[in-house]
Amino acid sequence: MREIKYSEAILEATDQCMADDPSVYIMGLGVTDPKGVFGTTVGLEAKYGCRRVLDMPVAENGMTGIAIGSALAGMRPIMTHQRVDFMLLSLDQIINNAAKWHYMFGGIMKVPMVIRLLVGRGWGQGPQHSQSLQALFAHIPGLKVVMPTTPYDAKGLLVSAVEDDNPVIFIEHRWLHGVTGYVPEEKYRVPLGKAHVVREGKDVSLVASSYMTLEAIKAAEILAGYGIEAEIIDLRSLKPFDEETVIGSVKKTGRLVSVDGAWRTAGFSAEVLAATAEKAFKFLKSAPARIAFPDVPTPTSWALANHYYPRAVHIVNTVREMFGKHTLKVEQVEVKCDVPLDVPDKAFTGPF
Amino acid sequence: MNRDTLISLYYDMLRVRMVEETVAELYHEQQMRCPVHLCIGQEAISAGICAGLGKDDFVLSNHRSHGHYLSKGGDLKTMLAEIYGKSTGCSGGKGGSMHLSDLSVNFLGATPIVGGIIPVATGVSFAASMKGEDSVTVVFFGDAASEEGVFTESLNFAALKKLPVVFVCENNFFSVYSPLSCRQPRDRDNLAIAAAYGISGAKGDGNNVLDVYGLAEKAVSYARGGSGPYYLEFDTYRWREHCGPNYDNSLGYRKEEEFLEWRKRCPVESFENKLIKEGVMSAGQAGEFRLKIQREIAEAVEFAARSPFPEVEDMFSDVYAGELN
Repeated sequence: MREIKYSEAILEATDQCMADDPSVYIMGLGVTDPKGVFGTTVGLEAKYGCRRVLDMPVAENGMTGIAIGSALAGMRPIMTHQRVDFMLLSLDQIINNAAKWHYMFGGIMKVPMVIRLLVGRGWGQGPQHSQSLQALFAHIPGLKVVMPTTPYDAKGLLVSAVEDDNPVIFIEHRWLHGVTGYVPEEKYRVPLGKAHVVREGKDVSLVASSYMTLEAIKAAEILAGYGIEAEIIDLRSLKPFDEETVIGSVKKTGRLVSVDGAWRTAGFSAEVLAATAEKAFKFLKSAPARIAFPDVPTPTSWALANHYYPRAVHIVNTVREMFGKHTLKVEQVEVKCDVPLDVPDKAFTGPF
Repeated sequence: MNRDTLISLYYDMLRVRMVEETVAELYHEQQMRCPVHLCIGQEAISAGICAGLGKDDFVLSNHRSHGHYLSKGGDLKTMLAEIYGKSTGCSGGKGGSMHLSDLSVNFLGATPIVGGIIPVATGVSFAASMKGEDSVTVVFFGDAASEEGVFTESLNFAALKKLPVVFVCENNFFSVYSPLSCRQPRDRDNLAIAAAYGISGAKGDGNNVLDVYGLAEKAVSYARGGSGPYYLEFDTYRWREHCGPNYDNSLGYRKEEEFLEWRKRCPVESFENKLIKEGVMSAGQAGEFRLKIQREIAEAVEFAARSPFPEVEDMFSDVYAGELN
């Protein structure tokens, strides 16, 4: 089974979509530079030419409008932003135009486009290089929002997103780019709007997405050591939100921990809890819980950032509390790590 | 210029004027329950620009779009039905006056977020350019839209890629009640801004349809010939309130005398007088045109008024394209 990196999976999906459909093009700052958006666009310009692989002016709102206009006229743009934070100027075009065009003109036109957003973390990314704004996008009717965790899903969801006739916000966590996993060489699709049960368990449902799914997997392994079998659901898509899979799991386990790599208040973790309270209330054996970022901007210093991001240990202790067990100390749970917490692995040496 | 073109320019302006006056007249019935931004006084610009466009050329526009839509050939019945909120409207009642479109004539859409349509139109021309099509895209916007960042962002990209797009600024001196003097430095010159990006352009009299037509012809052939974008700006004046059917000079944000000066320069009446004086058309013919247009409008109003409203469940359709609906 071929294993490749998440970033290579993104590149392969883009390449295969461009090869199959001449209306697909990609633009964004740095897509043609030597690093190619962390390796996700390397080689595309040489293969498809500068007309379909474009670096662009630093004008996020205008360029998003231009992508929308081109989509109305038959193209399928993929836009990339190296950080979520950089694209906030383009919210006008995304929310007022891309999300509503199909609806406000009575369904006669469509805006097939993908906007790739990268969430930064670590090495002092700080307040304006690490925001996770998935809840903001998921709030808007007309947008679809996906955030794949595995290389397999990254490729399959990107293919589906490019082929979809709607604007799709495609969120990649920077720390996932280096993760490897099984990815078939041929083009395949992972459906938008379908969650994935990563691990089956009978005692508690851990509902996560993107990088936090990896923390949930670590937590489940630790919990198993204490006799608690966690079921892990990787949402993959926040919009459409696969409520059915989540509710089905909670009905089975009776316990829910919603794990979201974003702020707590009005975050997507709250949406998962709300859906559960509405549709699986009588199945709940204990109050559902959220694990999310504290409601403060990301601090830059690693001395602070190390305490900002929740990890497996926090998931483990939240679950243990649900079972009336005492919480564990960090050193009881985590193997002493040989790299600081502000990088995903030894290979990640900054600056970004 | 041949007689047919002159007559059709006149007919087009007259038709837009009469439609807008009908909307104003019927608005108090409270059946058109959405904001309307009438273009009475500004008809020469849409007529002069659209007369030089082919059916395959694209037009996009802003909140004050009735004239642009009609001059491009947009269907009157579906426009009025849309304003009446009916299922037969061009957007099925989901858009209203501020969201008109007619794909049969490549009027791709109008949106009311100031400046928001400019990059979208630029993108439409970008697609045409990538696909090797020879269509030209025209985007109409007002003086205030030129203050938005996306205005210069679009100029920049259009110049960079030599896109076949014509930017048409209709300067009516007010953004709602805010005068140009509060919004732009006195010596600001959009032509110079366009020129700074290497974009050719011209200014003209927005109340003189021949002036508009002549400049449009030049701009469109320039863009179609692959020379890149073109910028046009026309001074004009909106006669009625920013939004709604009434006159609002009594509010005091502009002087009655200023309005009266502009009304003397009515684009429709002055052109009518000219054509009659020069023997291109008789007063009788003008009268016949009015009758013909009246009949067309009456029929369209009847269509709109009698059309059914959308069903409640229609609210939930068209959120997403494809299988979700």
